[in-house]
Amino acid sequence: MSTRRQELIIETGRTEQQYWRDLWHFRELFYILAWRDILVRYKQTVIGIAWAVIRPFVTVVVFTLVFNRIAKLEAPEGIPYALFVSVAMMPWQFFASALSEASGSLLNNAGLISKVYFPRLIIPAGSVITSLVDFAITLAMLAVLMLWYQYAPDWRVLTLPLFILLAFAAALGSGLLLCALNVKYRDFRYVVPFIVQFGLYVSPVGFSSTKVPEYLRWVYDLNPMVGVIDGFRWACLKGTAPLEVHTLASSVVVTATMCIYGVWYFRRTEQTFADVI
Amino acid sequence: MSSPIIQVENLGKSYRIQHQQRERYTALRDVISSKVRSWVQPAAQRPVGDSEEEFWAIKDLSFEVKEGDVVGIIGRNGAGKSTLLKLLSRITAPTIGRIHLRGRVATLLEVGTGFHPELTGRENVFLNGAILGMTRAEVRAKFDEIVAFAEVERFLDTPVKRYSSGMYVRLAFAVAAHLEPEILIVDEVLAVGDAEFQKKCLGKMKDVSRGGRTVLFVSHNMGIMRNVCQTGILLEQGRRVAEGRMSKVIDEYVQRSPTSTRFTANRNEDSYVTACEVRTPDGKKGPTFFTNEPLQIVVRYRNERSINGLRVGFNIALADGTILLACTPEDEGCNSCMAAGEHEVIGALEPNLFLKGLHQIHAAVWNRSDGTIYDDVRSITQFTMEAARERAYSRETVRPGLVQVPVRWSVKTI
Repeated sequence: MSTRRQELIIETGRTEQQYWRDLWHFRELFYILAWRDILVRYKQTVIGIAWAVIRPFVTVVVFTLVFNRIAKLEAPEGIPYALFVSVAMMPWQFFASALSEASGSLLNNAGLISKVYFPRLIIPAGSVITSLVDFAITLAMLAVLMLWYQYAPDWRVLTLPLFILLAFAAALGSGLLLCALNVKYRDFRYVVPFIVQFGLYVSPVGFSSTKVPEYLRWVYDLNPMVGVIDGFRWACLKGTAPLEVHTLASSVVVTATMCIYGVWYFRRTEQTFADVI
Repeated sequence: MSSPIIQVENLGKSYRIQHQQRERYTALRDVISSKVRSWVQPAAQRPVGDSEEEFWAIKDLSFEVKEGDVVGIIGRNGAGKSTLLKLLSRITAPTIGRIHLRGRVATLLEVGTGFHPELTGRENVFLNGAILGMTRAEVRAKFDEIVAFAEVERFLDTPVKRYSSGMYVRLAFAVAAHLEPEILIVDEVLAVGDAEFQKKCLGKMKDVSRGGRTVLFVSHNMGIMRNVCQTGILLEQGRRVAEGRMSKVIDEYVQRSPTSTRFTANRNEDSYVTACEVRTPDGKKGPTFFTNEPLQIVVRYRNERSINGLRVGFNIALADGTILLACTPEDEGCNSCMAAGEHEVIGALEPNLFLKGLHQIHAAVWNRSDGTIYDDVRSITQFTMEAARERAYSRETVRPGLVQVPVRWSVKTI
């Protein structure tokens, strides 16, 4: 009971040193909030966790029908189009669901925020982790799909965790920024679905990013998900889809900038969350 | 024990009240339009006062709490109690001033914060524990104790949305009560739950303080406050107006609240109380008397017509509302005047009945035969008892009980 006596001084603008220590102290809360969200998500549903598989599966089927069969978009030589799309769709859906969950997370937990203290960073971060669990399930689905097409990836697949990390960071950075903005400006409630919907078409999910004209490429690469998706394709499809160094570099830089700015903005506005929410 | 466990210095918290907007959050549109306006229009020309006003929920507040104290914070609605608790528990940041805490803080501002209705009782215990700052190992170690305290063993695997509200509250309080922080902050949470459970909770809170831990407690129930807290702080408009022994702070609180509220359901003008005063037989008027003085309570009332079965009477109550006695002339074989006109009843009381502190009187006229209450004035007058020098009893600072009753003693060796 009598652990080390903890001293704490509360003053305006003086929480910095304490904050990261608290984050460590509440580290289990990450896990528990994610666990709660996962448990709750499929309670009282008949097919339960199967929803995590059905959603991406149906999207892939629709994409294959519309873009491949009707619009005659082609995958690179030797790769089934469904596989080509799935490999891109999965990181995109992770990003999209993480972003929309994270940006609404603070508002959904308004009750907690106004009644109990813990580092607020845990809430959006926890919801990104929740999406990561769904993502793990869809990865399993991807493996099944590869078995179906009898397609074996090579050594490059070992780099996949790096691209997952990049996707995670991109989702977290933008999620932090958007959820903090959402507390104050509810306009972002309408902005996020738009980003998610729009992003699917500007990211190279249905097509290869080699189709983008060269002179537009640098603008195109500013979308951090371009690097992630190209990376996924490169890692899973034996390098048949090229991963340009400048694409990867600009994704990493944009993601890092977004993370730093996201954390900074979040921390700056965090103290007023309870008053504004 | 040397330095206080909580030290608050010049604490202040201001909010901006926006008169124009209904919502507390800002729409992006407003930010953009006000930015544009500030470029276009020089500051001096802008209309002032239509949009924002500063409001200090807490102002210039300083106090200290010693380790192991149970401190009650009282005040009327909007006095800043909840804001203070939120500042102490870091939910919101102070505008100015500082708070120095020498220990881990756990807050219970609301019962069942973070409970998820879809989850089972068992799952919620872990969830709630983690939110309040316990590790899973800590929760697991106390799990049986928590469940036993809440008395919900049979329903552990039922989603809490199917719980009765009593079960819900019991489980939520049980989790919080088994936190082991050095400082426990509790807002009005005992208002829910049945009497049995309230007693259990209060017992638990006393245990907590007996274990050397510090408790800050907010409640509007003065009886509970007097029972649980040793010291108190009275807030009024964000400032501290009294501090010290709980019973004195409660007296101060009652004295400051607006007096005499008429409490008549269907007020009719047939009969009503016109005045009430407290005095000694030799005519000394209050508001302060010594405990060894006999008192007379005078109630005047007016009947607009002759009323059959009319009764007049008064209650004497403590500051927290506990009624010490209720009496009417009929108790002693007298009759209240039922005729039309203004009447006066005088009730003479023995000396050495009351303890030190503030007392209040409620006076009423009603009809015995049909139960009509013509008039019921709460706290129509107040008086304060002070220790009489020659009575050892009343000079003591702390003695349990509500009244003193003269007791004839005989002492002998057998």
